[in-house]
Amino acid sequence: MMMRGLLSAVLMVAVFATAAAAVDEVGQIKVSKGNVHIEREGKSLPAPVGAKVRLRDVVVTGADGSAGVTFLDNSLMSVGPGSALAIDRFAFDSTTNQGAFESSLKRGTLSVVSGKIAKQAPDAMKVRTPAAILGVRGTEFVVRTGEKD
Amino acid sequence: MSVTSDGKEQVLNQPYASAKVERAGNVETSTTSRPDVQQVFGPALAAMPVRPASFTVYFDEGSDELTPQSRGVVARIFAEIARRQAPEVVVIGHTDAVGTMAYNDELSIKRAERMRDELVKLGAAKDRIRMAGRGKREPLIRTPDGAPQPRNRRVEVTVR
Repeated sequence: MMMRGLLSAVLMVAVFATAAAAVDEVGQIKVSKGNVHIEREGKSLPAPVGAKVRLRDVVVTGADGSAGVTFLDNSLMSVGPGSALAIDRFAFDSTTNQGAFESSLKRGTLSVVSGKIAKQAPDAMKVRTPAAILGVRGTEFVVRTGEKD
Repeated sequence: MSVTSDGKEQVLNQPYASAKVERAGNVETSTTSRPDVQQVFGPALAAMPVRPASFTVYFDEGSDELTPQSRGVVARIFAEIARRQAPEVVVIGHTDAVGTMAYNDELSIKRAERMRDELVKLGAAKDRIRMAGRGKREPLIRTPDGAPQPRNRRVEVTVR
């Protein structure tokens, strides 16, 4: 009986670990030009084509860099030079298409084609900038965060 | 879309509508143009990934054999995979309402596996393909339980 209890506890841990890993991946880098990296847990990682983007990652481009990301709900985002885009929240149920997607453009330029999350519920997708919050209702748009011109 | 700053909201719902927020709470709307957007956002727009593509492939009744009309679609799906960088493929199997829930769950997974195998045969990487079966839960066309419906005997494929 004790053995059995122990065994099921170990199995539970294994199942949770796998589920967490799958949930953490929210998208993939599809375009990577010039200097592009991902900031994750205080580390700066290279971000070549095919690199996985996880929850709470920040996609950062250098002065010559640009990058494109495809997300699990088919949302597309791309950033131009000198940008930092943080993935703050991403939840997506591929059966119901419901979820929530929140990101922040800390600096630079961002282009967005919204996907299934925004289509399913208005304002389920949000993009923050230092000055404003953008609520997305199924659309394509661009955002710039920077100095006054 | 909406732009909210310090509790003040403006709605942008026209092509090239734009909003500028220079200080919190002050959302100035105007209209921009394609050349202006291109000038500021050119490199970001050029880095936009290829848009996802969706396909539907139909199957013979109670079987994981593709219908003759659907066989040609497999090559088109593969071409879509081949032209992409780091492609991801999502394959979801469905059935019509003939038979039990358990039978149809199994059949929908068999159809998804068959689709994956056909794509792998053409050269797609197996580890880039994710599969699921939804049985008879998500018909394209609603029918009474037990009713045959060719358009519900399908696999939906998304390539992104």
